[in-house]
Amino acid sequence: MSTAVLEEKRAEPAARPPVVNDFSIHVATANGSGSQSSNNILMRAIFQMGIPVSGKNLFPSNIQGLPTWFTIRASKDGFIARRRDVGVLICMNAETAHEDVKTVAPGAAVIYEESLKVEGLRDDVTFYPVPFQKLVLELVQDGKLRRLAINMIYVGVAVWLLGIDMAEIEKALAKQFKSKATAVEINMKAIRGGLEWAEKNLTKRDPFRLERMNATAGKIIIDGNAAAAIGCMMGGVQFLAWYPITPSSSLAESLIDYAGKYRIDPETGEPTISIVQAEDELAALGMVLGAAWAGARAMTTTSGPGISLMSEFTGLGYYTEVPAVIVDVQRVGPSTGLPTRTMQGDITSTYNLSHGDAKHILLLPGSVEECYEMAMDAFDLAERFQTPVFLMSDLDLGMNNWMADPFPYTDRKLDRGKVLRTKQEFDEHIAKFKEFGRYRDVDGDGIPYRTLPGFVDNPAAAYFTRGSGHTERGTYSERPEDYKNNMDRLSRKFETARQHVPKPAVETAKGTRVGIIAYGSSDFAVEEARAILTKKGFLTSYLRLRALPLTPETFAFVSAHDRVYVIDQNRDGQMYDVLRLEVAEPSKLRSIRHYDGFPLDAETVLEGIEAGEKK
Amino acid sequence: MSSTPGTTEPKTPPVNRAGLSAKEYGGSKSTLCVGCGHDVITRQITQAIYEMSIPPHRIAKMSGIGCSSKTTAYFADRGHGFNAVHGRMPAVATGAMMVNSSLVSIGVSGDGDTASIGAGQFVHLLRRNVPMIYIVENNGVYGLTKGQFSATADAGSKLKTGVVNDLPAIDLCAMAIELGCGYVARSFSGDMKQLLGLLKGALAHRGTALLDVISPCVTFNNHDSSTKSYKWAKENEIPIHEIGFIPYYEEISVEYDPGTTQDVKLHDGSHIRLKKLREDYDATDKMKALMLCQESAQKQEFLTGLIYVEPTKKDFLELSGVGRTPIVTYPDERLRPPKQALDEIMESLK
Repeated sequence: MSTAVLEEKRAEPAARPPVVNDFSIHVATANGSGSQSSNNILMRAIFQMGIPVSGKNLFPSNIQGLPTWFTIRASKDGFIARRRDVGVLICMNAETAHEDVKTVAPGAAVIYEESLKVEGLRDDVTFYPVPFQKLVLELVQDGKLRRLAINMIYVGVAVWLLGIDMAEIEKALAKQFKSKATAVEINMKAIRGGLEWAEKNLTKRDPFRLERMNATAGKIIIDGNAAAAIGCMMGGVQFLAWYPITPSSSLAESLIDYAGKYRIDPETGEPTISIVQAEDELAALGMVLGAAWAGARAMTTTSGPGISLMSEFTGLGYYTEVPAVIVDVQRVGPSTGLPTRTMQGDITSTYNLSHGDAKHILLLPGSVEECYEMAMDAFDLAERFQTPVFLMSDLDLGMNNWMADPFPYTDRKLDRGKVLRTKQEFDEHIAKFKEFGRYRDVDGDGIPYRTLPGFVDNPAAAYFTRGSGHTERGTYSERPEDYKNNMDRLSRKFETARQHVPKPAVETAKGTRVGIIAYGSSDFAVEEARAILTKKGFLTSYLRLRALPLTPETFAFVSAHDRVYVIDQNRDGQMYDVLRLEVAEPSKLRSIRHYDGFPLDAETVLEGIEAGEKK
Repeated sequence: MSSTPGTTEPKTPPVNRAGLSAKEYGGSKSTLCVGCGHDVITRQITQAIYEMSIPPHRIAKMSGIGCSSKTTAYFADRGHGFNAVHGRMPAVATGAMMVNSSLVSIGVSGDGDTASIGAGQFVHLLRRNVPMIYIVENNGVYGLTKGQFSATADAGSKLKTGVVNDLPAIDLCAMAIELGCGYVARSFSGDMKQLLGLLKGALAHRGTALLDVISPCVTFNNHDSSTKSYKWAKENEIPIHEIGFIPYYEEISVEYDPGTTQDVKLHDGSHIRLKKLREDYDATDKMKALMLCQESAQKQEFLTGLIYVEPTKKDFLELSGVGRTPIVTYPDERLRPPKQALDEIMESLK
């Protein structure tokens, strides 16, 4: 069946008003086919045209061959959450072509490799068949490069379809391939080839268009893992031990790159950080505790399975009061789960990670800016409270591309907490408090003082760090009162921490009885849902949690509203559970849960609230 | 100097080069069973660090869980100690050494802590060659949980309850040589002289020094049928050489018969002198060392001494590019890059 016949038969959508700078582009390819560069160039060119953009890689746990998708959302209003409906589909993967075409929104534009023959599947979308395989044979002589270059041809077709500025494509291409002139040349030829073919052979019949605007000037594009790595580096991290695990590995790798460049001491010419790729996550956290005990700012980075393995050492860190920063880039569990998909899956398990009684500080970054800032905060809090602190990112935030303002530099001094580092500090402490007791609460805030091995040459400065029961002086004890005193002091310390963790971001709308509580990467979808609700005349207040333990602002927020919707990206409503246990009126809380592995979208939030309000 | 009749001269205890007496290297009172081999080892550790004049506040005492792991509290209480979780001392020690290379790390572990639950971490510690002494107080039995077999119990050995071990023992020394450890020794807690020499050599060695010390459990594994009992060890011990340790600040004497001794120079310039009891044994020959382990295992001989030494091997810090300045000594203001660094990164992301 020829395309011409099809076009006659198909009821083409009547001329629709143009959709400008407000749709998403979905690119379906096979994993390992080298489409990442093409997708980045496409996204960057749109960004350089001044249009707010976000990029999400929905990829399989596989090196080569399984289907993968990349979604670029352009949003003139600046919404960068995932969008459920696809406006433009670039269909390159035979394996998923039918499914991909079936799931796009009515009215979508579909660019596809003509041999895939998907044109008969729908009559409510606009099809653009392109002979990619034939074109690549003409455009690229080197057989080895053809598989990669074919992806550049679809960039050229998209340039034609959407009206992307070729000058911006050239700029993006140069950035992608840095100074590799041959790579730039070959890829540019493929892009131009795609564009020229489309100009000659296709007629635009869909409403999607990109037009230059001015909403991205001065902005950066970065993923949350790189942002957190920069935060760790600027936060003075001195030791990293890690074990590779998706989706956290790129955080460690970014840090290695940045530290190699920016953390070489100008005086000694030596690195001010040491890094170990550990044999497993147990060893990674063990090394972190050893380094922190010796006085270094130390961290590890992992995901859910690693968190499970770190449980025992986390309890040791909590009970022996050794600082540690643990970045958890959450993915879908339990078990191996969906290792390349996103979830806020480790909230309750991490909050109390360990056997016995334990509670931890969790920081909940809601943007790449906060990944950067909270990475620095995490080290200050860990050393101030001498305890493991968890930075709870997720795959969506950590591995996807986000637009942001450049990160601000801080002159704030590092908070190293109560450490007696020098002979003078130690002598002054003795003069003031008579003796040094490692676990004695001399200030009434639950936080004791610590010394470091090898620093102060004084018999009274040494102590024994043990996970077994201990007295205020750190000596072994099984006495009930010693155990209880210590555990009560640890609770007191946690209450002090409650006053110092990042406060929630609160927006109160006047006259509404409905509130929303969300955290982490849910923020983007919640903000979009609220904007849609506001347009419909329905106002909501919003509290975005930025840390656990909960702070008074959250209790006040729940008190001030009649119904509070708690948004979780997990099946069990983990944050809803934490809130239910701690707020005075748990019956006010409603739970909205999203857990299919894809990032949260505004529609899910909207539907949840609207369904709840109809009752 | 005159003395009043009836009073005795107050004796000044001898001091080492650090100006400290042996007493200042002591720790708290042992809570182990009376007669435990571990306490004998503790005394030799104390003596060795005293004789080597190690600044006690620089000593980092590392351990895991078990009877042996408790012993780090019984020496050098002017140094910090870290009692980690079961089998995971190597990780904690690695982290500490990576940020403060000026520490002298002494780890004490047991056969359960090392060869069973901690086998993975033990392997990677050796593979990395982390600068520390790793002492295994090996009794082939779990004491704290009241007498179960460990992975170093010999096949055929019997528990007090009559249960016989069917599985072969892990030879920690052979494993260490295989993994590239540069100082591998075995001793017996009853042989104080040999143990002291080996400990002092270990303190002078750079990289991981493994000491597998057979230390009979007087309560759960000291009956005649046990291959980790005093009686068995005494009867079956075959020393491969006598150990003499000569610190770098002492001149090497020349009064030896060149045919029967071998001097091994350690990285700080000191020497370990091995007086050979076996013909042609060369402690620097890796293949021979491995063969010797195999042979003695077959013959059920209990081989002691410095089995293998490779003093020039690079340690983990050197291999990882860690500088000479201990990382923990950098002042805070040198840990945060300047604003230009952040600006440069931000510019690259635009």
